[in-house]
Amino acid sequence: MSKVLSRVMNYYAVLAIYKFEMARMRRTLLQSIVTPVLTTSLYFIVFGAAIGSRIQEVGGVGYGAFIVPGLIMLSLLTNSISNASFGIYFPKFSGTVYEVLSAPVSTLEVVLGYVGAAATKAIILGLIILVTAGFFIELRIAHPIIMLLFIVLTALSFSLFGFILGIWADNFEKLSIVPALIITPLVFLGGSFYSTDMLPPVWQSVSLMNPVLYLVSGLRWSFYEISEVNVWVSLVGVSLFLLVCLGVVYGIFRTGYRLRP
Amino acid sequence: MTVIEPEVGSTILSIQQLSKVYAGGFEALKSVSLDIKAGEIIALLGPNGAGKTTLISTICGLVQPSSGRVFVAGHDITTDYRITRALIGLVPQELTTDSFETVWNTVSFSRGLFGRAPDPSHIERVLRSLSLWDKKDNMLRTLSGGMKRRVLIAKALSHEPRILFLDEPTAGVDVSLRKDMWAIVSDLRASGVTIILTTHYIEEAEEIADRIGVINHGELILVEEKRALMAKLGKKQLELELFDPLEELPSSLAPFGIELSANGLKLIYTFETTESGENNISSVLEALREAGITFKDLHTSQSSLEEIFVGLVNQPADGAAQGAAT
Repeated sequence: MSKVLSRVMNYYAVLAIYKFEMARMRRTLLQSIVTPVLTTSLYFIVFGAAIGSRIQEVGGVGYGAFIVPGLIMLSLLTNSISNASFGIYFPKFSGTVYEVLSAPVSTLEVVLGYVGAAATKAIILGLIILVTAGFFIELRIAHPIIMLLFIVLTALSFSLFGFILGIWADNFEKLSIVPALIITPLVFLGGSFYSTDMLPPVWQSVSLMNPVLYLVSGLRWSFYEISEVNVWVSLVGVSLFLLVCLGVVYGIFRTGYRLRP
Repeated sequence: MTVIEPEVGSTILSIQQLSKVYAGGFEALKSVSLDIKAGEIIALLGPNGAGKTTLISTICGLVQPSSGRVFVAGHDITTDYRITRALIGLVPQELTTDSFETVWNTVSFSRGLFGRAPDPSHIERVLRSLSLWDKKDNMLRTLSGGMKRRVLIAKALSHEPRILFLDEPTAGVDVSLRKDMWAIVSDLRASGVTIILTTHYIEEAEEIADRIGVINHGELILVEEKRALMAKLGKKQLELELFDPLEELPSSLAPFGIELSANGLKLIYTFETTESGENNISSVLEALREAGITFKDLHTSQSSLEEIFVGLVNQPADGAAQGAAT
């Protein structure tokens, strides 16, 4: 298998980058797993038990169950971006990126290695959150295939976005500014913890301009068949975002932007 | 991936009118041309900012050329980058390593990155040859600077390259390690690897290189066989210590350009030897005998590569540019 693959692409390079990036997760296994489990548990204790018990069902779903897709999406987005951006930024910062840039690898192979590893890590964390949620609420997944599709597409596209961010950033502040100041607010305002039906009409319209709303809504539909926007609009939206990010990455490697002077 | 084995003596690297102008307008390389044969060691000398690292970085794919072409084993580095980069190993100037990786893992990573299937026996050979075998399970952050330098060489050799670029390989290392590095380079050459190194240390070039290239202000001002360069540009001096002091130089010695020391006890004759080995020493000695000047001791000295280098880079830009040689 590997011999066949190595004829059509630098398979060993993709594998080397992928394994190298995954090794970092293994080195910080405790932090990688305990942190999301603890955070999710806290969300369920605070929002699910303490506050959720005073909130009526939302769309026929208990509040604790309602926030599960939002929590998964929050983890997917932040981890995809931070894993991928750090993965490429750190070699730039330390200078070790010279090796990747001087290796016989194509753009696609570099992206497969770095983004594949970042997305894998984000998906693993997303699934850990899903399992943790199962300890607090009764999980119901109406469309598991669609759920997986959303998780994988979101992890891939935002890992690509993070990869672009890592190339663009020339200091650690820039690396953290996008997840902290843009992504997290968008997730919180994207219906992760509430239904937009609860908002005044004006804010409902404003919320529709938030791209994260479509992701949360689509993922929630795969669980409970309730959504703010059509699930196919969500799927097409995230797929388009994936293509745009791919195009930008291709352009970066073609022009050498911030990589090859 | 396809592995190409260039014949020793064939042109393995051909740089043709390579220029690089950075975004800020700085012209780092000015139409550099150079052919390098398989199996040779060429040292590129030049002061800081001369363009040595830019030249290496461009060939390795780290810097985009503004114009010109580079061929490795007959393949264009831009269109056939998969073939050319697989043939090249690069040891960068900076000690850039992944602090939390082990020596074994980082060297194995490099092999995979360059498209080669895992081969623990080759990695072991490389680590042993660089005296790194005992450190294979050590994290890189625990290694000394010299050991890190060896790890960078091991990484560059992990995929069995046919050309090795060493960018200032002994910068900041002690004398003992420097000599170890020279021995490593010598072993690599014995295995048929072509080596291109940049250095500030003239004695390094003098010790290990077959050819010397001098870069200054982005121009390759000279490329020459080391011995030929020293013979061609290296000035020799003959010093004669006299029994009796002279008040002034006899007129018969004036045509030779001989200098008399202030105390009148030493004659200094600076001369050049032609490629066929001819010079005027015998004529000078004959003239001395005819003038009745006797001497009690004599010795000759030759300018070092360092003096040649300083002389070249200090020439005015117009006079210095002699174009590239092959």
